[in-house]
Amino acid sequence: MPNTDSILRFEKVTVAFGGDPAIEDVSFEIRAGESRVILGAAGSGKTVILKTSVGLLRPDSGRVFLFGQDITEMKEQDQFDLRARVGMLFQESALFDSLNIEENVAYPLLNQKAVNCPEDQVHARVEEALTFVELGHTLEKFPSELSGGMRRRVGIARANVTEPAMVIYDSPTAGLDPITANNIMALIVKERDVRHATTVMVTQRFQDGAIMARYKYDRATETLVAATPGDASIAGLKFLVMKQGRLVFEGTLAEMEQSKDPYISKFVLRN
Amino acid sequence: MLDFLKSPVLAVQEFVFLTARTIRNLPVRPHYWRDILMQMDIIGVGSLPIVLLVGFFSGIVMALQMSRALQTYGAVSQTGPIVAITLVREMGPVLTSVVAAGRNAAGIASELGSMKVTEQIDAMRALGTDPIQKLVKPRLIATCVMLPCLTAIADFVGLLGGYFIGISLLNLTSAEYWTGAYRALEYDDVAQGLLKPFIYAIVISMVGCFYGLNTRGGTQGVGLATTQAVVSSIVWIFALNAIITKIFVSF
Repeated sequence: MPNTDSILRFEKVTVAFGGDPAIEDVSFEIRAGESRVILGAAGSGKTVILKTSVGLLRPDSGRVFLFGQDITEMKEQDQFDLRARVGMLFQESALFDSLNIEENVAYPLLNQKAVNCPEDQVHARVEEALTFVELGHTLEKFPSELSGGMRRRVGIARANVTEPAMVIYDSPTAGLDPITANNIMALIVKERDVRHATTVMVTQRFQDGAIMARYKYDRATETLVAATPGDASIAGLKFLVMKQGRLVFEGTLAEMEQSKDPYISKFVLRN
Repeated sequence: MLDFLKSPVLAVQEFVFLTARTIRNLPVRPHYWRDILMQMDIIGVGSLPIVLLVGFFSGIVMALQMSRALQTYGAVSQTGPIVAITLVREMGPVLTSVVAAGRNAAGIASELGSMKVTEQIDAMRALGTDPIQKLVKPRLIATCVMLPCLTAIADFVGLLGGYFIGISLLNLTSAEYWTGAYRALEYDDVAQGLLKPFIYAIVISMVGCFYGLNTRGGTQGVGLATTQAVVSSIVWIFALNAIITKIFVSF
């Protein structure tokens, strides 16, 4: 039986496309307030894990529990209330082209029944979410008018506007220049530490995970500062490493850096 | 041995499931009225100029061709009735639907296809919206409402085209043309002329949505889905036209 504070639990999950497994026999659990960084090379199954986590893909075998409920064979409509408790940033942001920025960020507030946001509060919450990512001036713009980094920040605002219990980030820094990538990571750490939401991040860049593991947001100075080993922000953070669809490592930053496994150490060194 | 049949059979099965699920969801809330009205504007008002042109010139061509044959029997005065029957029963519904297929099945497939490859459909699902309710249902309703209206307009404009030829080249009087056209039409013809576009509207919207939602492989996939949607819907329109006409002719 899953734990009551279990946010997400995979039990021997396999997802295949056309007979080829994208992820195979993957098991892990995330509890409330914890964070995970899922690392792996391209095509190792990271995004498949994220999509399976919220029921966008169905496992061919194994079971997936979201907020303690088995969603493996749950009907899509029945999953909507659970999904309302999850915010998700897609790899290319996946903002709706035909809607402006305000409408994009307002979308989960207006369309997720479980959020139950009064209509007269929508604008204020959208503004607040966009101000948090320093894009309060873009309400009327369309996604095509923004740069890649700005679109990613709008995606972060949309993922967090409902203040979900868990936030999932799919390659938030992919394709961005180092400065913008660091800004995006700073926002993710800020969201994690201000709202204390369970955070799951998929990335190919070890340094993104290292930022999450080494830094915390300081409200007084409004900047990232180095975290100490006892800090609650980083206490529940673990790294998962995927290799060809299999989960080959689960551990802390220190354990990962000390790993003798050639694949993992190469991964760490390369970055 | 029959492996080559797997893919088309699976596609037909998925198309039937999508159509059945959409029809079953018609009375189910939420109803996205704003999206329905927006699609009615895109599909109906947007297609109006080309439907007017196609209808008008079809009427002209039909009157010219028919008058040539009718002159042989000294029956040029029958141009009005023949243009009316041909337009209302066959040419109006089929031509309007083919125009709508070229314009709207392509538009629907490319729009939904682009949303699919940029993960907007997944985002919609993750944000608690059923894409069938939000994307497919409004397009189905809008096409089913607007295509019969467009067909009626095309029929009327086609009759105007025939009238233009009748009075300018065939020396017909207005009364002769319009009375003949009006008397030639029966309720059965009008029913046939409106039922056909309604059925073709289901085909056009569902084929567009099906190919759009099943797009794979980036921008190239969007192009392929668009082409497939247009070709499939036009083939289905002609095939169904033969079947429906046979049914009406038999009874």
